[in-house]
Amino acid sequence: MADRRVTLRQGVAAAILVGLGLVPVIAWATGQAFYVTLVSRMMIFALAAVALNLILGYGSLVSLGHALYIGVGAYAVGICSYYGITNGFVHLAVALGAGLVIAVLTGLVCLRASGVGFIMITLAFAQMFYFLAISLKQYGGDDGYAVPARSAFGALNLADNTVLYYVILAVLALVLLLFHRLVHARFGMVLRGCKSNERRMRALGFPTLTYKLIAYVVSALVCVLAGVLLANLTRFVAPSYMQWTVSGDILLMVVLGGVGTLMGPVAGAVVWLSLEELLTSFDLGLPWGIDEFVRNHWLAVLGLFVVVVTLALKQGLYGVLVERDEARR
Amino acid sequence: MSTSLFFAQLLNGFQLGVLLFLMSAGLTLVLGIMNCVNLTHGSLFMMGAYFAATVYGTTHSFALAALAAIAGTLLLGLVLERVVLARLYARDHLYQVLATFGLILFLNEVARIIWGQSPIFMNVPDALSGTIDLLGLPYPSYRFAIIAVGLCVGLALYVVIHRTRVGMLIRAGASDSAMVSALGVNIKLINALVFGVGAALAGLAGLMAGPILSVQPGMGDPILILTLVVLVTGGIGSIRGAFYGALIVGVVDTIGRAFLPTLLREVVDRSIAQAAGPAIASILIYLLMAVVLAIRPEGLFPVKHG
Amino acid sequence: MVATGFKAIAAAVVMGCLPLVAQAQAPLKIGFISTLSGQAGSLGQDIYDGFMLAIEQNGGKLGNVPVQVLKEDDQFKPDVGTQAAQKLIEKENVSIITGVAASNVMMAIYRPITEKQVFLIGSNGGPSPLAGAQCSPYLFIASWQVDGLAEVMGKYAVDKGYKKLVLIAPNYQAGKDAMSGFKRFYTGPVADELYTGLTQPDFSAEIAQIAAAKPDAVYAFFPGTLGVNFVRQYQQAGLLKTVPLLTSGVVYGTTLPALKETALGVIGGQFWAPDTNNPVSLQFVDAFEKKYNRIPSNFAAQGYDSALLLDSAIGKVKGNVADKPAFMAALKQGSAKSVRGTLKFNNNHVPINDWYVFEVARDAKGRVSLKTIGTPLKNHQDAYHTQCTMS
Repeated sequence: MADRRVTLRQGVAAAILVGLGLVPVIAWATGQAFYVTLVSRMMIFALAAVALNLILGYGSLVSLGHALYIGVGAYAVGICSYYGITNGFVHLAVALGAGLVIAVLTGLVCLRASGVGFIMITLAFAQMFYFLAISLKQYGGDDGYAVPARSAFGALNLADNTVLYYVILAVLALVLLLFHRLVHARFGMVLRGCKSNERRMRALGFPTLTYKLIAYVVSALVCVLAGVLLANLTRFVAPSYMQWTVSGDILLMVVLGGVGTLMGPVAGAVVWLSLEELLTSFDLGLPWGIDEFVRNHWLAVLGLFVVVVTLALKQGLYGVLVERDEARR
Repeated sequence: MSTSLFFAQLLNGFQLGVLLFLMSAGLTLVLGIMNCVNLTHGSLFMMGAYFAATVYGTTHSFALAALAAIAGTLLLGLVLERVVLARLYARDHLYQVLATFGLILFLNEVARIIWGQSPIFMNVPDALSGTIDLLGLPYPSYRFAIIAVGLCVGLALYVVIHRTRVGMLIRAGASDSAMVSALGVNIKLINALVFGVGAALAGLAGLMAGPILSVQPGMGDPILILTLVVLVTGGIGSIRGAFYGALIVGVVDTIGRAFLPTLLREVVDRSIAQAAGPAIASILIYLLMAVVLAIRPEGLFPVKHG
Repeated sequence: MVATGFKAIAAAVVMGCLPLVAQAQAPLKIGFISTLSGQAGSLGQDIYDGFMLAIEQNGGKLGNVPVQVLKEDDQFKPDVGTQAAQKLIEKENVSIITGVAASNVMMAIYRPITEKQVFLIGSNGGPSPLAGAQCSPYLFIASWQVDGLAEVMGKYAVDKGYKKLVLIAPNYQAGKDAMSGFKRFYTGPVADELYTGLTQPDFSAEIAQIAAAKPDAVYAFFPGTLGVNFVRQYQQAGLLKTVPLLTSGVVYGTTLPALKETALGVIGGQFWAPDTNNPVSLQFVDAFEKKYNRIPSNFAAQGYDSALLLDSAIGKVKGNVADKPAFMAALKQGSAKSVRGTLKFNNNHVPINDWYVFEVARDAKGRVSLKTIGTPLKNHQDAYHTQCTMS
């Protein structure tokens, strides 16, 4: 780190964070309060993507079942509220406790597999919980359950969208900071060592399974947090939060942004969900009904975009910037 | 529980397994030889069904429909391989997942643009529209046809892979593609061939499923998941693994759905059985896969190296 | 005269871009949230097509006020639905939201919408909690309560004197609701109750069980794709000829083109069918076929009916929907024009109407369509209206 100049990557990272911090102010100034909730949702998915990136980017464990933990977090809020418990700290404790138990148990099984096996076994567990949630009749089953009110955290009034926004932003920033420290500490080194050559790490005497399990559990718990926040934002929990396509979306955000980079998943989530919003309300005044066509068939445009990005940018959108910095050094 | 019912259910499981085998056979080779995760396999299945339904709708000839499904998906598969997937063989699984996920979105939407959102019609050919009496239970003859086609394909693949030179190269490619390439074999051509055949098999599966399932955008997605379950359970890279994996998944799924709720009713209270039985039955194959992976991470019938 | 007419049309067209031209003539914004993409997309599209047909017939107006419809796709995801609702309310300031094809989206958005005192006109089956304890003065179900689908078939089974039935549905809330709705009227013996997976493509195991049980008839609830698969496989197993198939949510305008003659003889029940005999309905079916070149489904009829309801209510308050109590009262009066004759609301804002039973048969033009064969339930009220505290 001899070079003290601010690189483009650091500039972009700072711009993203500052931009996120200013959204409610701008929204308030322009009278467009809706953007506060839109960006809140982006940050929640960014949080989930950051969580997945810990095991995906640094441990090379491709999980296609992380939506399971979003569901665990969301259902903890939903089920507590159903029994009249509104205290947010209880919600958090229940969510994290349940998440911990599930993550440790499934993690022990999942980590026996690797490669495509790992992808599929994480998917299998997520599917099991998805079907379990559908059969939870008293919490709405397939239709889901509308949470009467947001979690109560004492003086912190989450009912206000702006307050909730800054809470989500704070959680995201804290997790980013924590992960930054984590991957640059001994823990991260070992994890990356496992990624490049696990046998050698074992020969060196590292209990690699323990390291991978801890990474998996931490990643799962951050996703649980994202689930708690999502249930609060939408005031609704449903099995569709843990559908396999949601896991796929999160995976996409990570890869789109840049695997194994700190801010990549955030960039990926913001770009992915912005594109979704832009394309579904596409209106550039183009001739021959192109606007209407794009609005109706936006998924085709999105699909092509993903293919092109994958083929053209080897490291994802934000990963390219990281690569640039490293080439310069 | 009568014997004939049990036999019919076994046959049902067998038939689902055979359909899954048609899907898994191609995918397992692509995964095993090119080490490429190709999620578009489900979309090829969907396209096969659409091609077949369209041609059958205009010509009323099942043979022409079959030709359209197989040739159409073969071509489409080759194009996809050339334009997108061949560029990704050298890269990490992740990017293959990402690009092919994008292709799924794209192809589903293309189907919607061409054929519309609503499901389209395809009927069983007249010759196979009847039922066959199976120890007192009527059984659709079309399902027998599916089983026959699947077994023929399985046999043909076995012969090609174990008795011909191309098959030998494919097997060699599956265990060590770098070495095969170093020996001067045109691995690119082998790749294209395997990918094309895999696509055509998915198209064939789509054709056979067309009259049973509703032909509509996104119909390939659930089948794709089932296929991946088959591959991971059976072991990736071997036709044998795909075959046994598909049959096991098909039979476990069907038998579970058919008899688990009834069996539970013998053990626990009726209302609990009614709630739990179907829930367990629907996750039974995932449970099976998790158990298999926990005990044998390589799957039940892994490729033997060396 | 010509000039003012032209001005009104021009205003309706350009108002979206030029909000400063004339505040008084700004078109009334109506939000339309529905599932328009993915597997369930055809329902949402049908509702939309029906809704827009009514507006088109009225010259771009509802209740003599020019309207602008803002369409949002919820992608069948509740969280996307809430986001769309928020966008319509906070960004576009709509005071009316309609559409909503999926019940999970409905459950997610009704509270954020009604809390903001925005009117929600549901155009598809109303989930039971919303018809009962969680009913809201701002929520109107312009279609039907979900249980009606099953109740009408239960009554039909009783009328036909069936003594031994097999019931089959997917293993989720709506499936279980359908079973209990059916049994609310049919109290005879049930040979077996079968629950299937929600994403299950193949029903051979269940069909073999039905064949072995040899019941008088089968009652099946399978929405959308599941229904297409089930009916085809049931027919291929040769059972359609021997065991009558009573269904809910299986045969309608969007699935019939995929089933065609394989579905001939299947029995279904709805609040409306393409041959429902009243002037509004006949005129609607005619106009819909002309415009979209297909037989309208009941979903299209529901969209059309939602527009007719709004037309009547907006007309009654002369376009002043900002007067919420007045507009609420106007909506509550229902509509004299409806595809079901007249639309009359119960205390819980769910319609009271007849339920028909129909058989899949060829229509006068030889196309596979629905032929009404009976009206088992007359002026039917849903089972939940007593739990709703509104009067």
